[in-house]
Amino acid sequence: MENHLIVTASPHIVDRSSTRKLMGNVIVALMPCVVASIIIFGIRALLVEAVTVFACVAFEYLYCYLMKKPIPVGDLSAVVTGLILALNLPVSIPLWIAVLGAFVAIVLAKQLFGGIGFNFVNPALIGRLFLFTAFASRMTAWVFPQSLSGVDALSSATPLVAGKETALPVIDLLLGVHGGVLGETCSLAILAGFVWLVATRTINITIPVAYVGTVAVLALVFAGPHTVLLHVLGGGLLFGAVFMATDYVTSPFTTKGKIIFGIGMGIITWAIRYWGNMAEGVSYAILLMNLFVPYINDLTRQKPLGGVKKK
Amino acid sequence: MFKKLSRAALGAAVPHEKGTAGMQTVKMPVPSKIVLAMQQHIGAPCTPVVKKGDHVDVGTLVGKAPSFVSANIYSGVSGTVSALDTLRYPNGASVQTVVIQPDGEQTVDPAVKKPEVTDYTSFIQAVQNCGLVGLGGAGFPTAVKLSPKNLDQIDTLVINGAECEPYLTADNREFLENSEEVLAGIRAVMQYLNIGRCLIGIERNKPEAMDKMFSLTKSDAAIKVAPLPSRYPQGAEKVLIEKTTGREVPRGGLPADVGVIVLNVTTVATIGKFLATGMPLTTKRLTVEGDAIAKPQNVEVIIGTPLQEVIDFCGGTKVEARKVITGGPMMGTAQVSTDFPVLKQNNGLLVLGDKSAHIPDPQPCIRCGRCISACPMGLSPVEIAGAFNKKNVEALDDMMVDLCIACGTCSYVCPAKRPVTQTMALAKDYLKRKGGGK
Repeated sequence: MENHLIVTASPHIVDRSSTRKLMGNVIVALMPCVVASIIIFGIRALLVEAVTVFACVAFEYLYCYLMKKPIPVGDLSAVVTGLILALNLPVSIPLWIAVLGAFVAIVLAKQLFGGIGFNFVNPALIGRLFLFTAFASRMTAWVFPQSLSGVDALSSATPLVAGKETALPVIDLLLGVHGGVLGETCSLAILAGFVWLVATRTINITIPVAYVGTVAVLALVFAGPHTVLLHVLGGGLLFGAVFMATDYVTSPFTTKGKIIFGIGMGIITWAIRYWGNMAEGVSYAILLMNLFVPYINDLTRQKPLGGVKKK
Repeated sequence: MFKKLSRAALGAAVPHEKGTAGMQTVKMPVPSKIVLAMQQHIGAPCTPVVKKGDHVDVGTLVGKAPSFVSANIYSGVSGTVSALDTLRYPNGASVQTVVIQPDGEQTVDPAVKKPEVTDYTSFIQAVQNCGLVGLGGAGFPTAVKLSPKNLDQIDTLVINGAECEPYLTADNREFLENSEEVLAGIRAVMQYLNIGRCLIGIERNKPEAMDKMFSLTKSDAAIKVAPLPSRYPQGAEKVLIEKTTGREVPRGGLPADVGVIVLNVTTVATIGKFLATGMPLTTKRLTVEGDAIAKPQNVEVIIGTPLQEVIDFCGGTKVEARKVITGGPMMGTAQVSTDFPVLKQNNGLLVLGDKSAHIPDPQPCIRCGRCISACPMGLSPVEIAGAFNKKNVEALDDMMVDLCIACGTCSYVCPAKRPVTQTMALAKDYLKRKGGGK
């Protein structure tokens, strides 16, 4: 036939969104944290981040190449995983440990389950938890911010570990000049990223608000008003709530589900921090609630227009 | 706000592209031939009542409806029947056609005269004689729609003037150019079906049409203009009913079940025209648009005109046409060939060049849930796709995939560019074959 018209099923137009753009937005949102980590912890922070990101992308490329699968690195999701994982490491981490974490995140947690969209837990989170379990002392070797203090490699606890004895001023919590992993300390940078993600409609505010709100309320009720800011700003809560709990694949679909998911994480985080024997509970809270997502989705499915539940 | 918790139903912010909204409709001259497909509606195909060599006039019956759920087909030209042929629809079905060679005289059939309508029965008869179908795109025979089993319970007539598809402005022009016929049609339906209230739903991106209808109905308490948000798909029947009346058509039910009849604005105006003149439906206004068409405009064409002649009338193509769509870009049908004729229910003709004819390749689903929050019917496309992949009939039934209206919103918003709407259609069909749904 002489005509060569394209025939496809409707719709014949689609919007401009893409997986790559969404991941790009997350990368942009993480930039304030990256910059803050370099300012607070020194140039080695950048080295850790670069190596981790490179390792994640390389592992994804290699795995898909060896398995003869299409190479998905163009969707930038491995870059996001790498950045989030790196921002979950202390500045003093040996680089080979970071690379090992990247392997666990990309190959074990993501690709073995089928790649993007099929991982039932957040890959960066698994990488982080693996490293915390395997290299506990190195992962918690918090180094006091050197560039600001002028003192080199002084060990320091995170505000949560330090607890009540050393109450940090709020300004330090906001700026992040205290011990912790690379990305979690500077609350202002995290909030800037949060604003960007919400403004670009990459994420919905529901999960972070429900999560942080729950922790804040529980802190208020159980530990008193003076601990609220410490619990919200002092640990990994903000970073986890904004960048890790909002991962599409491992969070519920509907607003109702997101609220339950957020509250659940808040309760678990509080339980671990307050009643448990660990200072930090964000990772386990997100991980546990990740596992509940399929059930939450089943229970919070939206009601179709005109759909009456069948008896 | 709490309603949004049980069903987001955000729809999609599709582009408007209503560049032809202000353009007066241009009447296209008689084409070189017309091809009348014997099925231009939902229901039984018509039986040709002419044979090769017969002379027909404008308004002569060409295809007769064999049963109630069908609609007569009339000639829009005077001329000679040159062939009885078959035509393949883009969906693969074959249909009989009557090809007519116009003589250019456009003599009107003497049988065409103002119908005598006195009561409900004669009114329905008139609508049948008009050969009228739902002109918004669905093509459901109007006479059937106006004959619900529970006629006495119908209290609201909703006029669908949402025209939520991008590009299309044909209904907008109907409001502006034929507002008297629109109102005459509305009043006739209200009178003969004894309906007390009429709501005219118009999207806010058509301020002129809204103004015009508002000023014309100011003095009539029974007819109200209901402004709708400019968000696709306001014109989907069940969505429109909910937006204008707050009523939810139950699963498996019809608008009549909640006391509503919905008619497209051009459909109701055609009733008005027919009651005044007796001229059946033989022409149709098309919005001819797209980045490949030389002169986008609204054209009144004779039904059966080959698409190529419409394209030529609009100055041909600026760049090579790579996709030709009848209807809008969200729900329209991509045509295999421009030899295909204009059908009754067509309201747009989009001619796309190479740049816009392609849809990006699908990527893996990232489970972002945008299809879920966008679905106007409150379905969960990503989860339905999962259940369909597992061929889980029970889950498909539970998630009510049969409510899918194929509006295309889920595919439109998908960042992974997956053909979600197609999967929904396959899942819906699968459930139906397995005897599920309602």
